[in-house]
Amino acid sequence: MTSASRLALAALLLSAAPALAEGTLNIYNFGLYTPPDLLEKFEKTYDVKVTLTEYDSNETAMAKIEAGGHGFDIVMPSASVVPIYIEKGLLLKSEPNQMENFKNVDPKWVEIYWDNGRHYTVPWVWGTTGVMVNTKVYKGDINTSAIFLDPPEELKGKINVVPSMNDVIDMTIRYVGGEPCTTDKAVLKAARDKLIAAKPSWASIDYTSFEKFINEDINASVFWSGAANRIRAENAGFAYGYPKEGYSLWQDNVAILADAQNVENAKLFLNFIMAPENAALISNYTRYGNGIIGSDAFMDPGLADAPEMIIPENLKAAGHFQQTCPPEAQAFYTRIWTDLTK
Amino acid sequence: MADRAFDIRRMPGAVTLAVVCFVILYIPMVILVANSFNAGKVIGQWEGLSLRWYLAALQNEAFLAAAANSLVLATIAAFMATVLATMAALATTRSDGFRGKGAIHIVLNQPLMVPEIVLAIALLIILAQVKQATGYTGLGYLIAAHTTFCIPFAYMPIRARLEGMDMTLETAAADLYASRAYAFRRVTLPLLAPGILAGFMLAFVVSLDDVVISSFLKSPGQETLPTYLMGELRRNLSSEIYAISSLLLLISVLIVAGSWLATRQKT
Amino acid sequence: MTPADTRRRWGLALPAVAVITLFSILPLGVVVLYSVLTPGDYGNVRWVLSGEGWFSVLFERDMFDETVSLSDAHITILFRSVGLSLATTLLTLIFGVPTAWFIATRAPRQRGFWLFLITIPFWTNLLVRTIAIQEIIRAEGVLNRILIGLGLIEQPLQMMFTNFAVLLGMAYVFLPLMVLPVYAAIEKFDFRLAEAGYDLYASRAYCLRRVILPLVRPGIIAGSILVFVPSLGAYVTPRIMGGGNSMMLGNLIEMQFGQGRNWPLGAALSITLTLLVLGALIWYTRLTTGGRRHG
Repeated sequence: MTSASRLALAALLLSAAPALAEGTLNIYNFGLYTPPDLLEKFEKTYDVKVTLTEYDSNETAMAKIEAGGHGFDIVMPSASVVPIYIEKGLLLKSEPNQMENFKNVDPKWVEIYWDNGRHYTVPWVWGTTGVMVNTKVYKGDINTSAIFLDPPEELKGKINVVPSMNDVIDMTIRYVGGEPCTTDKAVLKAARDKLIAAKPSWASIDYTSFEKFINEDINASVFWSGAANRIRAENAGFAYGYPKEGYSLWQDNVAILADAQNVENAKLFLNFIMAPENAALISNYTRYGNGIIGSDAFMDPGLADAPEMIIPENLKAAGHFQQTCPPEAQAFYTRIWTDLTK
Repeated sequence: MADRAFDIRRMPGAVTLAVVCFVILYIPMVILVANSFNAGKVIGQWEGLSLRWYLAALQNEAFLAAAANSLVLATIAAFMATVLATMAALATTRSDGFRGKGAIHIVLNQPLMVPEIVLAIALLIILAQVKQATGYTGLGYLIAAHTTFCIPFAYMPIRARLEGMDMTLETAAADLYASRAYAFRRVTLPLLAPGILAGFMLAFVVSLDDVVISSFLKSPGQETLPTYLMGELRRNLSSEIYAISSLLLLISVLIVAGSWLATRQKT
Repeated sequence: MTPADTRRRWGLALPAVAVITLFSILPLGVVVLYSVLTPGDYGNVRWVLSGEGWFSVLFERDMFDETVSLSDAHITILFRSVGLSLATTLLTLIFGVPTAWFIATRAPRQRGFWLFLITIPFWTNLLVRTIAIQEIIRAEGVLNRILIGLGLIEQPLQMMFTNFAVLLGMAYVFLPLMVLPVYAAIEKFDFRLAEAGYDLYASRAYCLRRVILPLVRPGIIAGSILVFVPSLGAYVTPRIMGGGNSMMLGNLIEMQFGQGRNWPLGAALSITLTLLVLGALIWYTRLTTGGRRHG
């Protein structure tokens, strides 16, 4: 037998049973974003075997789904990329707005720019990208991007910036007085110069693991609200700020893929997570809000009214939904980011 | 000659450097194992001895499934890469040049030259077509991809071993009317064994560490240990990670000790 | 060499060549193609020919006055990648060769054991290992505490997120890639020969130069390639140890395929990397095959 045919044989012998059978559901979601107890409950309720596979970014997920042959039924695109998914015909028009539990969706999460009226997606979680600061070290105002762009002396050398390019540049552009996705070169230059001037005060540009904050190796970071909530649980010194110059709001959404194999089970899942008690499981696990009315009652104590969940009235106007920049703007973003991290 | 009492095996400083090398390699392992017994959740904050993270790890189905996937994948890919690389190394060494030798050599090293992310995306684009055409979504794609990028890692040590290897024994065997296959099995292969072992272990380690290619090619339910841990590490580092790693370390130590004892008993 | 022999050798190499052609060279063809297309709106490509990807590898248009200049950032990253990869190779040579020598000179039954001892740390996931190293060099880490305890420094050294950290991480990660090939090359050697030579008339230096060096050389070359080439394209270690402060080529390429959504530039950068390495390999092939023809 040739090696090639041996190879083929081994490949055949090892093939996991393709998950096409009745009673299965293949979910493709960000890492650490899917509560095990939610899946367990869904499996028990509908006698469906759920397989969870994880990805690390919208880009990876999109590349894979666009290539085809992926075998997934459900994906969780962020609001900013949902229009692209729809435009490319990657999502099934499953009309969640006709589903039984749709009545629970908060109306403010129905009329939205990425899927107006909810024909393709239902809310998974929403959150904000702001700044997190150790208030034991820094006593000043934390509701400002100056925390990382014009850092106070106490925090210098202990600041992290998450390498989420668009989040960081959006915040910087707003800080210097522009609008995200701009192609106005004066604004872009100001933003770039601001970032490069601030960089020597930073320790890292990284998806820093939590223990660095808890151990106070890092005392401030551009961060996500839910992550900040988890840190605060371990080290009460940390507080989450909503920069008044402008910060991002985002939502990740659940959608059925156009080439899903298990459409009926996927629809069951969409309906399932719009039930308040189930949506609460998602919030308890991810520490983000979910957009389902009545789920507060089922949440862990202190979560529904946590400062990371409740945007202060006076700062509400500073929050903007993240958009997908057109390629020209994105090219500038990439250039700025390369200059920053080179 | 006793007064010169020189053993060439004792290169000055070699033992010292080797010991330093082993110590450096194992310090992080010690830290890792020590932290795995931490009762507290947060790394770097000691809260007393506990086995709770081991219990948690052993009940973590996602981890166990990923570990199983990874071990199967690494073993098969390393084995196939080693077989292919050994054959190729036999073809490209111990001869004066022949037509195409240089080309073969370059081809065998080609997977080294492509950054992981590039091979991942390129393979994704091609294999997605195959997946759609055949409907097959098994582990075969990952095995093929891993085998491919493992080949140069297995090939290099085997080739280094073969290079300039003394052919007199084989020639002698052939002179004694041994069949080519017999001479290969009884003479060449044993001589080559250390190279093959080194090649296999390199390939195994390289396959076990791959994140990028696996995450682009995996189908539902094909989470490997690195892709699983990558997601875990990014947000929620807890002592459980160290317990998981220590468990894997324990398994590997057991395998090593076992195989070492087995070979000793043969003598 | 007889034609039959040549055919036999091709036959032996064919399976490996076929697998690599199918799963690595053919995909690389896709990358070459993508490098001359136009970026899609959200990653991927549009099927419109464009030289912009290749142009951007080394050049940039000024964001403000459109003048063309060499891309400072890309060139910095390129030089850092080559420099750090060379340093990594050197560091693994310094520690790896004596270690390989040490293993190869153990009793035959013990060698497998020592060899496994080298690889066991690498059975632990790369990321976990890197975090364990961080534990050592972070501000409150083991190393700083020892140095302060010894009175050598007063303030903790900031070692994390520096080129030094990246170098340390890469050397740690790539060490077995040096040790194993060197070991495989040394192990075949019959040390009695050298001892005999030494006993007879040779000086230690002569022995080292004429007996030992030729013996270790193929292993060192193989090991250096296995360390240098993957270092050039390294991605995970520079990101974690460098804290995203100092990109390497692998990170730059990854960025174009990810957040940068510029696949053609990513493709052109990878082809550039491939060509660089190909040059090094051709040189290596000359070195190994040419060297022996003289001997």
